Formats: sequence, C-alpha cells, structure tokens
Amino acid sequence: MELQTITYVVVGLSFALYIGIAIWARAGSTKEFYVAGGSVHPIINGMATGADWMSAASFISMAGLIANMGYGGGLFLMGWTGGYVLLAMLLAPYLRKFGKFTVPQFFGTRYYSQGASTVAVMCLLAASITYIIGQMTGVGVAFSRFLGVSNHTGIFIGMGIVFAYAVFGGMKGITYTQVAQYCVLILAYTVPAVFISLQLTGNPLPQLGLGSDMIGANISLLEKLDMIVTDLGFGKYTTQVPGSMLNMFVYTVSLMIGTAGLPHVIIRFFTVPRVKDARSSAGWALVFIAILYTTAPGVAAMARMNLHSTINTAVLSGGDVFATDASIKYDERPDWMKRWEVTGLLKFSDKNGDGRIQYYNDKTKNADVIAKAAAAGWAGNELSVNRDIMVLANPEIALLPNWVIALVAAGGLAAALSTAAGLLLAISSAISHDLLKEKFMPDLSEKGELMAGKISMACAIIVAGYLGLNPPGFAAGTVAIAFGLAASSIFPALMMGIFSKTMNKQGAIAGMCAGIGITMFYVFAHKGVFFIKGTSFLGPFGGPNFFFGISPNAFGAIGALINFAVAFGVKNMTAPVPADIAAMVEAVRIPRGSKEVDGAH
Amino acid sequence: MQHDGEGYWKATLALIRNVLIVWFIVSYGFGILLAPMLNSIHLGGYPLGFWFAQQGSMYVFVALIFIYAHKMGKIDEKFDVHEQ
Repeated sequence: MELQTITYVVVGLSFALYIGIAIWARAGSTKEFYVAGGSVHPIINGMATGADWMSAASFISMAGLIANMGYGGGLFLMGWTGGYVLLAMLLAPYLRKFGKFTVPQFFGTRYYSQGASTVAVMCLLAASITYIIGQMTGVGVAFSRFLGVSNHTGIFIGMGIVFAYAVFGGMKGITYTQVAQYCVLILAYTVPAVFISLQLTGNPLPQLGLGSDMIGANISLLEKLDMIVTDLGFGKYTTQVPGSMLNMFVYTVSLMIGTAGLPHVIIRFFTVPRVKDARSSAGWALVFIAILYTTAPGVAAMARMNLHSTINTAVLSGGDVFATDASIKYDERPDWMKRWEVTGLLKFSDKNGDGRIQYYNDKTKNADVIAKAAAAGWAGNELSVNRDIMVLANPEIALLPNWVIALVAAGGLAAALSTAAGLLLAISSAISHDLLKEKFMPDLSEKGELMAGKISMACAIIVAGYLGLNPPGFAAGTVAIAFGLAASSIFPALMMGIFSKTMNKQGAIAGMCAGIGITMFYVFAHKGVFFIKGTSFLGPFGGPNFFFGISPNAFGAIGALINFAVAFGVKNMTAPVPADIAAMVEAVRIPRGSKEVDGAH
Repeated sequence: MQHDGEGYWKATLALIRNVLIVWFIVSYGFGILLAPMLNSIHLGGYPLGFWFAQQGSMYVFVALIFIYAHKMGKIDEKFDVHEQ
C-alpha cells in the first residue's frame, strides 16, 4: 500500500477507537463533565494524566529541540518530570483533601474572597491560552504533514477538529479516551525509536542505545555525534548549554514549578478516591510520562545523526565532510524531504548554485570551520529544517517501514488533540463555572453553564489558532512560556495557601499580580505584546536588555520569587488571617476525613 | 482534635525536606552545576553529567515519588490520621 493510504487507515482506526470510547462513556451531568464522579483508579488516572500531559510539545516538538540544543535540551526533560515530585508532595494530597472542583474555588475559599478567585482565573486563562498557542503550532505541523498541505492550512483544519473533539465529550469521555490515546502515542513514540536504536547501535532500548557504540565502529554514538556537529560548526552535542548555565538552571526551575501549577494537571488529582491515591497517582503519572521522556534523548541524538548522515555522505564513512561529493545533490534528495517541502517547514535554497545541499552552521565562530567552508566554495547554510518536524520526520529519515511512519502520524495527532482538549476544558470550566456562575450570573442554569463553556472553548481556539499562525517560538518553547506564567502566579499562591497558616488574601492577591505581571512584561517585551509580531520593544534574545542573560521562556522562576517576596511583604502590613481559615488549613493537612469532591452547586 | 497535629506536620515536613534534598542534588547538582566536572567520568558511552541531565534524574524522580508516598502512608498511620 502507498504510504499516504496506510497513514489514513492507521489514523482513521485510532480515531474510531477514541470516538467509540467517548460515545460509550458519554458525559451526563455537569459534575461528571468536569471530574468523572471522583472515582478513577490511580493507575488509570496516571495513564490519563500522562496522555493529557504529553502534548504536541512533548511528542512532536521536544526531541527536535533537544536534537538542536544537545545537552542543554535536558532542561525540558528534567523540568517537565521534576515538577511531578513537587506536585506529589506539596500540592496533590492537600488539594484532594480540600475537596473542591477547581483551582479558583480553592483560592476563593482559602483566601476568603472572590477577588483571589478572580485573579486566579485570570492567571489560569493567561497560562492556558499561551499553552494552546504552542499546541496549535504542533497541531499545524502534524496536520500539514498528515494531509500533505501547507502549515497554515494544517492549523485551520486542526482548529476545527480540536474544537469538535473537545465539545464532544467531557472529562469522563476524556479519561477513558485518554487511556487509549496514551497507548497509541507511547507506541508511536517508542516503536520507531527501537528500530532506529537497533539500526545505529544494535541495542533495542534507546535509553541504552544512546550510551552504546555505533554498529561497525569503535566509537560511541555520542562521541561520533560530537565530532560530526563540531566539524560542521555546531556546538558540541554533549556539553552545549542554552545561553549560560544560570539560564539553564532558572529555565529548569521555571518548568518544574510551572508543572506543579498548571490547572489541567492539578485537576486530575481531584478525580482519585482518596488522599493516599492522590500521592501515588502522581507517581504513576510520572512512570507513564518517563517512558516517553527517557526515550526522547535517544530519539533526539539519533535523529540528528541520521539527518546529518543523509545530507552529508562523508559523515558515516568518516571522510572529509567538506569534499564536493560529500553533500548530496538536490535532485537526488530522498522522498521524505520532498514530502516535508510541501508543508513549507523544510526549505532548500541553493546559495552557491552547485545543485548540492550544504547543511552546516554558517554562523559559527570556529575559524577552522569558516576557512574550510570557504575553501570548499560553500556560501552559507542551504537547508532550513524546522525543529518541530524532527520527530515526525525521524522514521522517514531512517527509511523505516510505512506502517511505522503512519503510526507516528497517528501518535502526533493523538498527542496534539488530547492536550488541546484537556486545556480547552480547563478554560471552559474557568470561564463558565468560576467566572460566570460564581461571580456574575449566580442563577445560571446547568444547561446555560454548559453552553457558556462551549462558547468560551470556541473563542479560545480562535485566538490560539490565530496566534498559532505566527507562533512566538517552536511548540515546546511557547509551551515553556505558559509554564512560566503558571509558575509565577498559581504555584506560589497554592503553596503558601497550604504551607503557611498566616498567608492572607491581600498577600496572595498582591503576590500573584506581581509575579505574573513581571513575567508577562518580560515575555512581551522580548516576544511582542500578546505575541503579536513586531511589537516587541527590547530586542531579541542575546541583546543588552537581558536580565542576567535569562531568556523570556525561563523568566517564570524569577516571577515566582517576586511573587513570594511581595506576598510576604504585603501580608505583614495587612490584617491577619481569620481564625477559622487557619483552622481550615490545619484540617487540610491531615488526610483523615476526606470526602468526595463537591462544588458550589 | 485529639491527634498530635504538630508532630504529624513536623514529620511530614522532614520527609518533604529529605526528598527535596535528593531531588535537588540529582537534577540541579549532578545534572547542571556539577555536570562539566562529572562529564570526565563515563557511564558506558555516556558522559556522567550528560547522563544525569538526560536520563538519571528522571529515574530518581520516579523512585522519589513512590518512596514519599510509601513513607507518608507510614506517617499517617503512626499519627493515626489515615483515611478509614
């Protein structure tokens, strides 16, 4: 069968499975729509959290970024897993004991004011919408390749499908659908990785393959990769850092605490039966996530290796990469390059007019590489490869069987759709429940609430789709900004709400506003106001206006520090916490007496 | 409330502190700050600092959560505040 036909069949089958499950478990009442009746086993919940978590950013984009960043890409790996340790210990059990539907409800009660709840809703919306922009970037990549259309058309089609998908089922549909999605996407990620690891190193486990020797050579894969990329003027794979060590450190902190502050992840821990289960559920979620995350470094390094060795034939033979014959002829390029050229995400421009593809880092400061490139008549890098395509293109580059390529497409679509749906749900519950019902229209009927939820989903997806057309970065980078926003606002306030009996509403509100305010200012200053191109006013990364060389994507950690500092400062100047709230915090700290979640109905 | 709330909270915080120390050492310590030094040691084909950043810290994180959940269950029972 043709590749395109197989892809349609595999993707079609996977969708039939999800939709079948969604119909089977169709959501009824509002309560079921949001939290599936509070009765999901920790392992099932962990798997669903995994699917929810592993979005287009993790599945499609992350390994591509690691391939490009080398060692420094580890910040995504550590940041997006280490946050679960914080979540399991600092938040999940206590929020479960608290027994409310949503994060803003926690704020409303713990900080005894509608104001705190409203500020929290605003912060959640800012983080979730930024997150969806990143997802739409990934959705665009997946759909454009899947349908063989341009990237923009891919985003428009993706918007429609994500919307239909999120409106169709509630969380109950989503919990079981997401278990199926998890299975599809983890297979889609690991199967090609196993194939490629076998091809390159003879070791079937990519986790071990990455640390093994290349087949037929006495050199380890990483050492070989280090040699190739430095020969071509790129940074050394195993040591290169993004900007500086400080930036990498702060970036990791930002992702970790952002993980523990994102609403669509936190809400998962309201759905387990007991406090005890909330703790282990975070562990199970991390087990399922780590299967993908420990495979990703192998995928990244091997994709990088295969990309270079496809374009430059001297890479594997160990010959001179600057020899004329080493670079392949454009007319003889492999089919996968032709397929990706259609999407506009892979581009070739023959700068020196020799009909061959020269792929190297023309901005290198290595004088040796510059001299060799000049001597070989190279006039600049001729191939631009969007980093977000690496994972989807990986099995094609390695010439794997068609069914594997089709499976990866199905996995990419599953990843993009599941997280976008989970986020849309968080947005719709924040607007319809926390803002409208609790604040502006207390007598809204259940039906009206569901309708308001669907309208807010539609608005969110249009905004995200529009900004997804001109994204502020690669999918995983944009998503990192969303984590920064959550890190600077929600996480500190949640933590102080549990671990400080004296934190009052004035402190919490001031802290959240200051934290997210400064983070947004820094991000918008460098990435454009509301991410609209051309409105940035402090210049791109690396310029003089950078606070200790910290990139906007990493600034959430600084925002969080400011949040804590402002909150404690304001607390000491304002009226203390009422006694009943302090007693409530005391009660939240012990597991006994936990009850089913209840909302404001 | 007749439980020893203060003792329970103290034990909880001590456990959290210990877990966070390990959490910090493997990721920020071995994975970032000390990585350039550790890279001179090799684990198979992996430079050790690189391994901690891209593999090792994640395995430790998984183990840490289960250790925490297990020990926390013990503390709950010791102070008689577990769910029935």
